[in-house]
Amino acid sequence: MAFEAPKESFSGVVYPVTIGKDVQETFGGENTLPFHKFEGEVPNRPLIALEIQDVAPEDWPETVRRVYADVSDDPVKWAQYCQDELKARAIALRLIGTHPDNKDLSADDAVKVVKDVLGAVKVPLIILGSNHVEKDSEVLPKVAEAAKGYNCIIGKAQEANYKTIAAAAMANEHKLIAMSELDINLSKQLNILLTQMGFDKEKIITDPMCSALGYGLEYTYSVMERIRLAALAQNDEVMQPPMLGDVGMYVWKIKETQAGEDILPEWGSLEERAILWEAMTASSLMLSGAELIIMRHPRAVELVEKFVDELM
Amino acid sequence: MALSGVEIFKLLPKTNCKKCGFPTCLAFAMKLAQRQTTLDKCPDVSEEAKKILGEASAPPIRPITFGSGDKAVKMGEETVLFRHEKKFVNPNAFVLEIKDTEDDSAIEAKIDDVLTSEINRVGQLLRVDGICITNESGDVAKFQALAEKVASKAPEVPVIVATENPDAAEAALKHFSGKGAILYGVTEGNADKMVEIAKANKATVGAKADGLEALSALTEKIKSLGVEDIVIDSGARKASEILEHNTYIRRAAIKKNFKPLGYPVITFAQRDDSMFEALVAGLGVCKYSSIVVLSSAEKWKNLALFTLRQNIYTDPQVPMQVEQKIYKIGDPTPESPLLITTNFSLTYFIVSGEIENSKVPAWLAVMDCEGLSVLTAWAAGKFTGSKIANFIKESGIENEIKHRELIIPGYVAILSGAIEEKLEGWKVTVGPREANGLPAFLRSRAA
Ligand code: B12
Ligand code: SF4
Repeated sequence: MAFEAPKESFSGVVYPVTIGKDVQETFGGENTLPFHKFEGEVPNRPLIALEIQDVAPEDWPETVRRVYADVSDDPVKWAQYCQDELKARAIALRLIGTHPDNKDLSADDAVKVVKDVLGAVKVPLIILGSNHVEKDSEVLPKVAEAAKGYNCIIGKAQEANYKTIAAAAMANEHKLIAMSELDINLSKQLNILLTQMGFDKEKIITDPMCSALGYGLEYTYSVMERIRLAALAQNDEVMQPPMLGDVGMYVWKIKETQAGEDILPEWGSLEERAILWEAMTASSLMLSGAELIIMRHPRAVELVEKFVDELM
Repeated sequence: MALSGVEIFKLLPKTNCKKCGFPTCLAFAMKLAQRQTTLDKCPDVSEEAKKILGEASAPPIRPITFGSGDKAVKMGEETVLFRHEKKFVNPNAFVLEIKDTEDDSAIEAKIDDVLTSEINRVGQLLRVDGICITNESGDVAKFQALAEKVASKAPEVPVIVATENPDAAEAALKHFSGKGAILYGVTEGNADKMVEIAKANKATVGAKADGLEALSALTEKIKSLGVEDIVIDSGARKASEILEHNTYIRRAAIKKNFKPLGYPVITFAQRDDSMFEALVAGLGVCKYSSIVVLSSAEKWKNLALFTLRQNIYTDPQVPMQVEQKIYKIGDPTPESPLLITTNFSLTYFIVSGEIENSKVPAWLAVMDCEGLSVLTAWAAGKFTGSKIANFIKESGIENEIKHRELIIPGYVAILSGAIEEKLEGWKVTVGPREANGLPAFLRSRAA
């Protein structure tokens, strides 16, 4: 019996998305399963963005907080450090300080931070709210306007607040993250609602909701695989946006990235464990379909970039 | 391709004699097609039908047992390409490579790493499953010495003997005779001798070729030499090749029933940078490797890899869950605190672990929420005030404790009113949100 490679090709394709103004980055665009270059086109690398915040990251564990100790009191310095020293290809600014349980900063405060950061760096910017449904629909429209012309990604629009946020992204020519909760049907439904209000489906990035290795990763992994198969094999247009893995936020709150070896000798060195945890969560989600990844630790990013090098 | 029920029916005696335990030959055929019974139940089936059906009903990826005894690992038998279709069957083995060029202390440290690698995560005992000894030196005596050392220090650990030299193979493999070892390094050039050595020691053959065509030809040859227990290596080492070859192998076996590649895959993930090696190993876990060979087994790396394997190989339909009951943590007295959580394994093990850390003995009420986490169960309406109240009343805990205080997870603080309303005479206290806040919380109350 002679071997014949069982290649599979698909009629569907993932939309490519380009972001940024002076410096641009494109992700997505493939017509095959993740990194399946042997049977399809994979024109772009996944894009990894480094995460920064509008306020000092007091709740980040020591292993990652330390990296930014000298710059994280100021989002502008922090952004410059990521671009110039860490060579970040993109930056994700999370406006966590606007959350009512955090500093409850106003939309105007957020606008100032966004403008300052946009003025200080050239790499593309992803602007994230605090995931508070009401506050985000107050803050994100204003920052979207302030960032007009910069071709950013704004997020996240959820079922409960997508109308205002999508309208602002549309009016100011940004891309939009559409987040639903680990369910392929909910994800599809949100994308349909967005397109029904006239939002261009080629400007959506799907966030099926992330989870960390050991804390529900398998759910995100499988939802991503199913969305990707729907996009490619069934040529389902609303499922064709590229996908986001918002990795750092989920990884750097679990015990595996915080508990020292003194407490849990059987878990080994905290530094390596924590960094690997973020890298492995990201690399696994890339294998299941994520093209845009938001991460926190530069060493973890470096590992994942190296992994992509070997896959591309 | 697997045969349909009707196709199988045509090959049966069609006498409806019922000796198989089914009312008709057709009913039996249908069950066979669904793999819910086996052909040997029909005593009258012809030899010819047996041959055709035997081949068609064999699992597309051959089951192989690596090692023997308690530490044996089952491999193969996979049936799908994506885990959402059906549970992946046999979790891959992680194997630590030891080269015969390494010095004694390094060798002993590695054997020790394997022997002490066991970690309990979410109720499962996970470990580095085996050792791969490699004849890096090319020297037969050195290789044999390494084999001897591994066999005496880690007699129960499954072993891969890696060499392409039949003399070295013979010298080393005899130390693992009859123990389900794998003789890796069987190539086109040495197959005749190596297969004989494997047979003499009841070992599985590790076939190594350059590319999938050559590999298919090689497994056919090995089969013709009388061995069918094979694990396969296409020579893929770069991540892109591992993904390509493993995908083709899995697809060919499952979708095309292509027998020459219907064997468990062995992947060599070794890299200089151990953290990077972990990512390559993770590719093997996600994408169809049955054995992943590593160059080091640090505890932090093991934990990440074991966790990934556990995630990928869980049943996508049924979350891992624990029994509904009141668990005793430490040695609780009638005065000890009572906490409540859901029966999702992960939740239970995190919460009970943190209560243990606190050293404060406690009662932990674990409520059946179909294996959902606290917030998921709450959002799904399975962890509500009235359900919690009923559970507490029916659990009998009121006879065990003197106080009437229930500590609930911080994330569901909103439930406290509803519970107090339904549970007369009880006081609800809102605990911390994250379980890692429990030790401080419990200790400060105990003080
Ligand atoms: C994986 C997941 C799922 C899986 C289910 C996994 C499972 N077995 O439970 C699936 C995909 C099925 C799912 C479904 C849904 N989900 Co869901 N899901 C998650 C996710 C990503 C992780 C949950 C998890 O495993 N957590 C880990 C465990 C260990 O956490 P835990 O049980 O809460 O325990 C922690 C604490 O509560 C505390 N703790 C636990 N017990 C106790 C006890 C005491 C006394 C104390 C003090 C502390 C304590 O300690 C633990 C660790 O710190 C979360 C988001 C997230 N990242 O948290 C959403 C999340 C829980 N899901 C959510 C929702 C809304 C749903 C759905 C209703 C929506 C949908 N998609 O249809 C459905 C409902 C399910 C159903 N059957 O109808 C929401 C809940 C919203 C809310 N704030 O209430 C969340 C928070 C997502 C979000 N919006 O951000 N989900
Ligand atoms: S034992 Fe064989 S012949 Fe008899 S009913 Fe069953 S399948 Fe038919």
